Amino acid sequence: MSQFTLVINGKSRDVDVEPETPLLWVLRDSLGLTGTKYGCGLGLCGACTVHLDGKAVRSCQTPMKSIGSKKIVTIEGLGEGGLHPVQRAWIAEQVPQCGYCQSGQIMQAVSLLRSKPHPSVDEINAGMAGNICRCGTYQRIRRAIQRAARERTV
Amino acid sequence: MSPCAPIDRRQFIKASAELAGALILGFYLPGSAGQVSSPILNQEFRPNAWLVIAPDDRITVLCEKPELGQGSRTYIPMMIAEELEADWSKIRVEQAPTLPSIYKGLRTGGSGGVVNSFDQMRRAGAQAREMLVTAAAQEWSANRSDCRAENGSVVHVGTQRRLRYGELASKAAKLPLLGLNNVALKPFRDFHVVGTSVPRTDVPSKVDGTAKFGFDVRLPGMLYAVIARCPHFGGSLQAFDASAAKQIPGVKAIFAVPPLPRKLNTAGGVAVVADSNWRAMAARKQLKFIWKKGSREADSRTLRQSLERATRGEATYVAVDRGNALEVLSTATRKLEASYESPFQAHATMEPMNTTVQVREKQIEVWSPTQFADEVQQEIAQLAGLPSEQVIVHMTLSGGSFGRRYQWDYAAEAWQVAKNFKAPVQLLWTREDDMQHDFYRPYNFQYLSAALGSEDKPLAWSTRVVTTPIAETNVYSGYDESPEALKNPATVAALEWYGADVVPYDIANFRLDYAPVMSPVPRSWWRSVASSYTPFAKESFLDELAHLIGRDPLQFRLDLLANDSPNSARVRNVLQIAGKAAGWGQSLPSRQGRGIACFAGDTCNAQIADVSVDDDGTVHVIRVTSVVDCGLAVSPDGVRAMTEGAINFALTAVLTGEITIKDSAVEQSNFHDYQVLRIHESPEVDVHIVPSLEPPSGVGELGAMLVAPAVANAIFAATGVRIRRLPVDSALLQKVHS
Repeated sequence: MSQFTLVINGKSRDVDVEPETPLLWVLRDSLGLTGTKYGCGLGLCGACTVHLDGKAVRSCQTPMKSIGSKKIVTIEGLGEGGLHPVQRAWIAEQVPQCGYCQSGQIMQAVSLLRSKPHPSVDEINAGMAGNICRCGTYQRIRRAIQRAARERTV
Repeated sequence: MSPCAPIDRRQFIKASAELAGALILGFYLPGSAGQVSSPILNQEFRPNAWLVIAPDDRITVLCEKPELGQGSRTYIPMMIAEELEADWSKIRVEQAPTLPSIYKGLRTGGSGGVVNSFDQMRRAGAQAREMLVTAAAQEWSANRSDCRAENGSVVHVGTQRRLRYGELASKAAKLPLLGLNNVALKPFRDFHVVGTSVPRTDVPSKVDGTAKFGFDVRLPGMLYAVIARCPHFGGSLQAFDASAAKQIPGVKAIFAVPPLPRKLNTAGGVAVVADSNWRAMAARKQLKFIWKKGSREADSRTLRQSLERATRGEATYVAVDRGNALEVLSTATRKLEASYESPFQAHATMEPMNTTVQVREKQIEVWSPTQFADEVQQEIAQLAGLPSEQVIVHMTLSGGSFGRRYQWDYAAEAWQVAKNFKAPVQLLWTREDDMQHDFYRPYNFQYLSAALGSEDKPLAWSTRVVTTPIAETNVYSGYDESPEALKNPATVAALEWYGADVVPYDIANFRLDYAPVMSPVPRSWWRSVASSYTPFAKESFLDELAHLIGRDPLQFRLDLLANDSPNSARVRNVLQIAGKAAGWGQSLPSRQGRGIACFAGDTCNAQIADVSVDDDGTVHVIRVTSVVDCGLAVSPDGVRAMTEGAINFALTAVLTGEITIKDSAVEQSNFHDYQVLRIHESPEVDVHIVPSLEPPSGVGELGAMLVAPAVANAIFAATGVRIRRLPVDSALLQKVHS
């Protein structure tokens, strides 16, 4: 067991866990932030995607000991009190079906748009290929990212 | 179909009282007006079990159907709001409690969510509307016929006086209850909510992280459990060593869990319970086991040989025999024969199976992402030896289902673990557990044979379907669950051949028969069930016939439609619209092709796939055009979403997905070796909905039926290679350089 102080969604949180514990389980089990999902445990599906210093990472592959002072943002903190423009685009395009993967999809899409504000369809496909949606909302994910980019809101 | 029975109030109150404890747990219970002591509740109007109108105008809809992603928490309230003439902004939705004595529809399957609710939910809205109008007329001492309901109020036509539903609630609650069957329903043409694309009520919570799935249940003092299951189908746990695992901090207990008999089909194994998921999983990795393996019969290679052999042996069940197909085929001079094969498929829902259970003295509380809440309740009650009223089941959101959550093996397992603790216990299946202990889509072979007569008209057609039947291993066969039931060939065959009949194609002599091959691998419904593989064979074989005689595949289908078959006109229509929308007949670049397929049922569908095939054999599905005739589309955008999703879902089985068994265990374990469709592989999807004022029919599974034959036919058009086994083997499609 080790003490860690994390900065999550702008707030400082203390946890006492084994250093190898992946961030995913600390978020979900220690801190009650269940918006970040478990999907595969191997970084294959993207359901657990969060931001570490603004970049998308797979929290199931991010051990506590590797985080240091990096700032963590989860789906719960993305909109900073309101909805992030990408979340609004997700609503406008009615993307979710079951919705389980969508936190990860949205976190990945925000990260993609930060590096490529106006991605082509190929760039969207490449940037989102690590996030699985078994309901098959891919067509709407593409549209929502294009909408968010078009509205120049990121 | 759910019966549209009026709710018996006494029965309702009795059941509510039995579960009074549930109120303390924040469990919403609809009561009956005037029967509950709270003064606030007394002012609410509760005309039936699905609807509460509060004095502040808020309308609560209690939705029986599980929300698996298909939109039930939107289309159910739409049906109520349509007849209630409600203000949509005042409606909120809650999951109905698991009280099967009141709610008969705590389940969904077979694309039945809309169809099975459509009449009853509109009646629920109409009943409330009529009583609110009566209440207003009495308030104004006006003629009832001068009052009408409109956007959340009743309006007096002559004076334009207006009373909001909230203002009328307490008065309406005191009126004699109007029978659900004694209310007039609107003609479809007057609908202004149903038939529009109302934004889904669950979407906001699914983009901000607040939506709670089964796995998100968090209770004070909750423990976390995983089970290391016997990996071998038909095998068993011989011994285990937990000494290293017990050293992991936070581990509370490690113990054997026996397999559950009957059709629950759980593997049994060793449970690890800890104070966090991570610690439970870490401890599990330290366990050592001796497993007894199952029989070699379970292995895919052996099974494949048995299935193929059964395409030539005796049938156990003849499903259809029109005319004299076998005789015509045996004497025909021009014949075509082909065999098609589709292997096991996993559901691979994004949320793995899980259930949370708290066992108290004389009461068990269950939180489960399930498609079938009342069966979860009954099963756990039976296992625990309690009356079912003492088992409270909360049906949570499900992170996908596709048929998987029609089994309740995982809920029963969670009870097996939790009964040893006073604290609530959440059982998580890891992705590996989920992949290796699914109830898989049956492995199947189909052998087709057709005879051509004069002018190349198909004279006779026979289809032999061979599968590992669902009824053998499923938790809910829908029939008699006794072992004797499996001796009835009709029971075994019932779920295996749907979609294989050639109707409405006009083929005078047609025979469809079935032979089972038994296997210990668990099987179940997989989105569209038999129709996920029967159209692959039927519509591909039809394409083979068209090419054999040099006919255009679309025109061949149109010409073959029987004039007197009820679905012919609808199928003709969807085929023609699809052809036009997809640009059928246009020439395409080299190694690109277009393939068509159609389906006739309560819902009719035509799909056209555009593919390109790389020189190395890689297939790209560029676009799928899908034309849907589902009667009245309750939510057109919902129909589009279901169609897009089902196409993507089924493309996994066409392009990459395959579950194989070796040493009586599943070889795949996660998304690296069971590769599901990703965004860069997903086509453009162009959905067309046929305008219709016929009653609605299901769409949840429809899109999954035709993508296999449409893509296989497109691959033939692009390469001249016929795909008869799925997933597509790209080695067959490599460009041959001469």
